Amino acid sequence: MQPFQRLTAAACPLPYANIDTDQLIPARFMKRSRAEGYGGYLLHDMRFTGDGTEIADFRLNQSTYRNSQIIMARRNFGAGSSREAAVYALVDYGIRCVIAPSFGDIFASNSVNNGLLPAKVDERDGEALLRFLEETHAELTVDLEAQTISAKGMSFPFAIDPVWRTKLLNGWDDIDITLSQADAIARFRAEDSVRRPWTTPRVP
Amino acid sequence: MAHSPSAPRTLFDKLWDSHAIVTREDGQTLLWVDRHFVHEGSFHAFNKLKERGAKVAHPELTFGIADHYVPTRRFGRSIDPAIQNMIDQLEDNMSENDVMLFGLNDPRQGIVHVVGPEQGLTLPGLLIVCGDSHTSTHGALGAWGFGIGASEVAHVLMTQTLWQRKPKRMRITVDGTLAPGIGAKDIALSIIARMGADGAQGHAVEYAGSAIRTLSMEGRLTLCNLSIEAGARCGMVAPDETTIAYLRNRPFAPARDGFERAAEDWLRLQSDKDAEFDREIVLNGSEIAPVVTWGVSPEDALPITMAVPDPASISDLGKAAQIRDALTYMDLKPGQKLTEVPIDRVFIGSCTNSRIEDLRAAAQVLSDRKSKVPGLVSPGSSLVKQQAEAEGLDRIFKEAGLEWVDSGCSMCVGMNGDIVQPGERCASTTNRNFKGRQGPGARTHLMSPAMVAAAAVTGYLTDVRPLIQERS
Repeated sequence: MQPFQRLTAAACPLPYANIDTDQLIPARFMKRSRAEGYGGYLLHDMRFTGDGTEIADFRLNQSTYRNSQIIMARRNFGAGSSREAAVYALVDYGIRCVIAPSFGDIFASNSVNNGLLPAKVDERDGEALLRFLEETHAELTVDLEAQTISAKGMSFPFAIDPVWRTKLLNGWDDIDITLSQADAIARFRAEDSVRRPWTTPRVP
Repeated sequence: MAHSPSAPRTLFDKLWDSHAIVTREDGQTLLWVDRHFVHEGSFHAFNKLKERGAKVAHPELTFGIADHYVPTRRFGRSIDPAIQNMIDQLEDNMSENDVMLFGLNDPRQGIVHVVGPEQGLTLPGLLIVCGDSHTSTHGALGAWGFGIGASEVAHVLMTQTLWQRKPKRMRITVDGTLAPGIGAKDIALSIIARMGADGAQGHAVEYAGSAIRTLSMEGRLTLCNLSIEAGARCGMVAPDETTIAYLRNRPFAPARDGFERAAEDWLRLQSDKDAEFDREIVLNGSEIAPVVTWGVSPEDALPITMAVPDPASISDLGKAAQIRDALTYMDLKPGQKLTEVPIDRVFIGSCTNSRIEDLRAAAQVLSDRKSKVPGLVSPGSSLVKQQAEAEGLDRIFKEAGLEWVDSGCSMCVGMNGDIVQPGERCASTTNRNFKGRQGPGARTHLMSPAMVAAAAVTGYLTDVRPLIQERS
C-alpha cells in the first residue's frame, strides 16, 4: 500500500452532507472487475446525465477541480453500504484524502486499508475550508505527521485515530501483523472452545 | 479498556472481553470472529486471497449466501450473464475453499440477515461479521454483528480475526406501550430522525426498555438492522426468553442438553445493573407515530401526520441547502402534507422488513383490498416464502394486484435488476432512501410494511391506523 505522509494538491469542495457510498459508486457498476479501474464510476450519477454526458456545473467536471486529489465535504461522508468499491472509485480516480467533519465508520476503515486518508475536521473549520476553496481555488497541503491542513498562511488541525495514522504513514497492511500472532490466536481458540462450547455450529 | 473483575460491565463490554485475543499498547485489539457470512460481493476479498495464495482459515465458521444479485423470478426467465457470473464466482470461491453455500437453488436460500437467525447460525454472544453494513441485524439475538469492507473480509477469511478499537457504549431505552399499528420500523426511524444519520457513529448501541422487551424477534431484527442508519457500529438487545424460544430447534443451534447449557450462558449476557454507558438516550414508546421518510437520508423522517419541511424556515444555511436539495430530488414542495404525496410503486422486502411477521402485517392491511399501484413482495428467505404461502398470504398480495416473487435483496439495492424507474416514487419497507439507491433517479420513501400496504391501498403516503381500526 502506498504510504501517505504529506500531500499538496488541488482540493474539490463538495458542499453536501451525507454523501453516501451508493452515491460514491452506484451499485450497478459493482459487478465490474477492479482491473478496469473504478475511477470512471466515482460519483457517477452526480457527474453524468442518464445518457452519459458530463454535467458541466458539477465541480469535479470543471477544469479547476478535475485533477483534484483532495475532496472537501460536509458531515457523514461515506455513510451507508460497506462497499469498499466506494473507496476504490475514489482512489482509482486519483483522490488521496477526503476532509469532512464526520465519516461513516466502515468507510473510514476501508479508506485506511487502501491508503486513502479520512481527515476529520471540526465542523466550523470545515465550513471555513469550503468557503476558502470556493473563493480561492487554492491548493491544500495535508500533513499527516503534523495532522494539519494548510494553505496560504491558514492552518487547521484534523483528527485521525493514531493507529490509522501509523498505518497510513507507513503503508502497512494488517495481515502480516496478524499472522505474527498465530500462537496467541491458537491459544485463544483452544481456551475459548472450552469456555464457550456452543460457538461451534452444529451441522444439521 | 481494562476492567477490574468486579467492575460492572455493559453487555457490549462482556462481548468485547470474551473475544479479545490480544490488546496492543496503542489500544488496538485483535478479536476472534465466531461467524463470517459472505455473499456475491466477496469476490474482491477472494481475489486478495488468490493473490497471496491463501485459503480460508476456518471454512467451518464461514458461510456463503447468494442474495445480493439473485433473480427474484427464478423460473422461465434467462439470467443476465453479468449477474449469473456474480453467482457463479461465489459458488466457485465457496467450493474451492470448502465453505458451505446457501446457493440460488438451496431451499434455505435467502437474505443473509434473514437466513443467519432463521438457521440458528446467529446465536447470542457471537461475534458475527459480513461484508454488508446491515450485519448489525444479528444483534437482535444478543450477538455482536457488524459490517466490514473487502480488505477486512480478506483478513477474516485468512485469520478468523479482526483488529478493532473499542467503540463507545450507548444505551437507547424505549419505555411505554406502542400504539396499534406501530412497530420496530417506526421506533428505529424515530431514533434516527432524532439523532441524525451519524448520531451513533463510533458507538455500540444496546436497546433496552419495556417497549423493546415486548418486541418479537422479528421486530428486534428490524430495529437492530437499522442501527447502521444512525451510524452505529452495532446494535443489540440482551437475550431473554423471547430469544431462547426463537432459537430452540433451529438447525445449526446447539441441540438438547447442549442447548439448555448454552441458554444458561446466553441469559447471563446482560448489562450489569450499575454498568456505565458513554451516552444514554430515552424515548417514550407511547408517543411514537407511524413514520415515513421524505428526503434522501434516513434521518429525513417524520410522523405521517406532518408536512414536508420548509427550508425557508431553517436558520442553519447548510441544513436549509441540504433540505432544498433533497426536496428537488424527491420532487416535493415545502410544507406539502405527507399524506398528499402520491406514489407510483410499492416494495415489500429486504433484510429490514421481509420476515413472516412483516408479511402478515402488510397482508392484514391488504386483505380484501386492492393496490392502486404496481408493486413487488419479496420474502426474506425461501423458507419465509414457504411459510407465507402455507398461511395464504401470497394469495392476499396477488389478489391485491402485487407481484409475489422469490427471495433476495431485490429492489432494496437494485443489483439484480429489480429497480424503481427514473422519477418513480416508491413506498418501500427497505433501509435506505439514498439518491439512486433503488435505481437511477428513483425516489424512495421508507416506512413499515403496514404503512407500505396502506400506501398501496390509497395510492398516497397514508396513515395506516384508520385502515387497521376498520378491521378491528
